[in-house]
Amino acid sequence: MKSEFLLQIKDLKASIDNKSIIKGLSLEVKPGEIHAIMGPNGSGKSTLANVLTGRDLVTVTDGSVTFEGRNLLDMSPEERAREGIFLSFQYPIEIPGVSMVNFMKTAINEQRKHRGLEPLSASEFLSQMREKKELVEIDSALTNRSVNEGFSGGEKKKNEIFQMAMLEPRLALLDETDSGLDIDALRIVANGVNKIRSADTSVIVITHYQRLLDYIIPDFVHVMFDGRIVKSAGPELALELEKRGYDWIRKEADIAEESWITDRKL
Amino acid sequence: MENDQDKVLNEVTTGEYKYGFVTDIETDVIPKGLSEDVVRLISAKKEEPEWMLEFRLKAFRHWLTMKMPAWANLKIPEINYQDIIFYAAPRQKPAPGSLSEVDPQLIKTFDKLGIPLEEQKRLTGVAVDAVMDSISVKTTFRETLAELGIIFCSFSEAVREHPSLVQKYLASVVPYTDNFFATLNSAVFSDGSFCYIPKGVRCPMELSTYFRINTSNTGQFERTLLIADEESYVSYLEGCTAPMRDENQLHAAVVEIVAERGAEVKYSTVQNWYPGDRDGKGGILNFVTKRGMCKGDDSKISWTQVETGSAITWKYPSCILRGNNSTGEFYSVAVTNNYQQADTGTKMIHIGKNTKSTIVSKGISAGFGQNSYRGLVKVLGKAEGARNFSQCDSLLLGDKCGAHTFPYIEVDNPSAIVEHEATTSRIGEDQIFYCNQRGISTEDAIGLIVNGYAREVINKLPMEFAVEAQKLLQISLEGSVG
Ligand SMILES: Nc1ncnc2c1ncn2[C@@H]1O[C@H](COP(=O)(O)OP(=O)(O)OP(=O)(O)O)[C@@H](O)[C@H]1O
Ligand SMILES: [Mg+2]
Repeated sequence: MKSEFLLQIKDLKASIDNKSIIKGLSLEVKPGEIHAIMGPNGSGKSTLANVLTGRDLVTVTDGSVTFEGRNLLDMSPEERAREGIFLSFQYPIEIPGVSMVNFMKTAINEQRKHRGLEPLSASEFLSQMREKKELVEIDSALTNRSVNEGFSGGEKKKNEIFQMAMLEPRLALLDETDSGLDIDALRIVANGVNKIRSADTSVIVITHYQRLLDYIIPDFVHVMFDGRIVKSAGPELALELEKRGYDWIRKEADIAEESWITDRKL
Repeated sequence: MENDQDKVLNEVTTGEYKYGFVTDIETDVIPKGLSEDVVRLISAKKEEPEWMLEFRLKAFRHWLTMKMPAWANLKIPEINYQDIIFYAAPRQKPAPGSLSEVDPQLIKTFDKLGIPLEEQKRLTGVAVDAVMDSISVKTTFRETLAELGIIFCSFSEAVREHPSLVQKYLASVVPYTDNFFATLNSAVFSDGSFCYIPKGVRCPMELSTYFRINTSNTGQFERTLLIADEESYVSYLEGCTAPMRDENQLHAAVVEIVAERGAEVKYSTVQNWYPGDRDGKGGILNFVTKRGMCKGDDSKISWTQVETGSAITWKYPSCILRGNNSTGEFYSVAVTNNYQQADTGTKMIHIGKNTKSTIVSKGISAGFGQNSYRGLVKVLGKAEGARNFSQCDSLLLGDKCGAHTFPYIEVDNPSAIVEHEATTSRIGEDQIFYCNQRGISTEDAIGLIVNGYAREVINKLPMEFAVEAQKLLQISLEGSVG
């Protein structure tokens, strides 16, 4: 039975080292939709991305997550990736000694194997590299180096989008991909996202700033506070947040002043 | 994070050792123990001339005065020399002339190890000397090589057929008094390979010796002597495996290389002796003396080693750079997983003028493995213009293993330039996760990272073996996620 949702999160609770971080979160994403998640530092946005990608430092204590109707939480991180979940990391990792070419070839062929396809030939792979490099306007000098090694902050973010373009995910999670980007890079990254987006591909954009959402127009904007989504609306919500900050939402959502203040101090 | 590291570490599983089988073959075994009589018996079994026996006896008597070296960063279990069998040989006619005379069981064994002895099934461009326990089973391609005047045969045969060459060069690089294990080897060495490349000849194929320990409680003491005459070239490869057994087995080999004027020797090792089980039980104790002499001007000796096996590795392939403008190289990857220990490195002794040496050492530790690099760069007073570059890197998987470096630098000539660089890095859980998130399994991620790290060394191996070595690296680290 195929679900109408690509991703369905129900009452999710998750903790790190027995400290509860996600405290009852629900979210439904249909194929082709773009959702933005905003919210103050430490509210649990990256933790949510970690739960979805299967990072084992986060323990799911309650709730369910399905991807195309299947239980996502049962799958290993690599299986989720091969099924089409892609995370653009808030802090991309350097892997010295592993060339981008080798890394991407392994990743793509693992995904193809998972889908019962033959590995790409060297020439097919290289032409795909070329095409996607143009798409995200990434310099060949970068893709000839080791994975993220010595890349600048902005180059790392561009490299994440390049990988996304190569892997053509069904669900892309962009965790603050806009931070650290100059104006041109921001436009390029946004263009990259818009080009891969299709009727099938859904995107969850985690961001602090409206400016990315000028380029990638979301269908929904959600505000996360202390492990919960406390408000969801259309793209106009992001503009309002930009103007008014989070304070009014906090009040509206009736979050206990005390716990909020203590959390902030931590 | 802590928890996570632990959990990941606890996932350390056996990277199954693929070569742990035993061949059931009739074997000629002498009684356990070591004495002058045993030395005589070995020599008699091999029908050796008097001078060879004399050499053995000199060495044996000297060995009795020696103590096992204690300076290595190794915990070595007590070795009872009276409990070891010093000679075991698959029963067959000595030095079989054709393959049909070789026991089919032996052919099957080497086939299973991926070393076909039938020449039509050969690896392209590789001649093999296959040694099981104490004797050489078969040397392939001898006739082809003989046409060029190249001698490639078992050591025993060289003693019979080419005594003047053996007498001229034996112990000329590693004297019988050299060290505890080399002296022991000089007394009891069983077989090994002998190779002579005549003046001006480029050996057209890789020469290779494959060592296999089969019989239990036996020590393996092979001896290899490789002579490259003026302006010649040879690339030589050595591989080794042993069955899985609960008790430790001793392996004490000696390799000597002589490079005359303008000669070049590449010596590569893929060492995959049984490493013991994941609790550190059993495994080969590997005490090896390897040394090359760049005797003539403009000669070059290059050691490449990929060391993934053995419970204990004690090994320092070295170069004595006697000729002017001679070059020594040492490229090494050493893996210690589970409870393996390695103390390995090199010695570069600069004697001639404008001598150059390069050292690239890549240690990889996982599980509870302990990996030490120990290297000496010595520049003598007359070695005007000597240069050395050393790079010693350590890679750690997990936090229960250790990496250590012991570089010794002794320079007696002010014009020498000696550079040493060292790095330590760790495969982080975050790197593994990053790969996982791109669809790459943890095993493959480690393979990618480790092979990337070791690439500089692997690239020095002959093509056919580089691929093998890459796979071996990955297998030997299977399950050891950090
Ligand atoms: N590995 C960890 N160990 C302990 N606590 C963690 C860990 N990762 C996250 N946390 C805690 O979980 C909470 C949520 O963090 P998270 O990174 O999800 O926030 P975020 O919304 O992404 O914030 P930002 O906007 O700053 O990126 C924070 O209080 C953080 O300190
Ligand atoms: Mg975050």
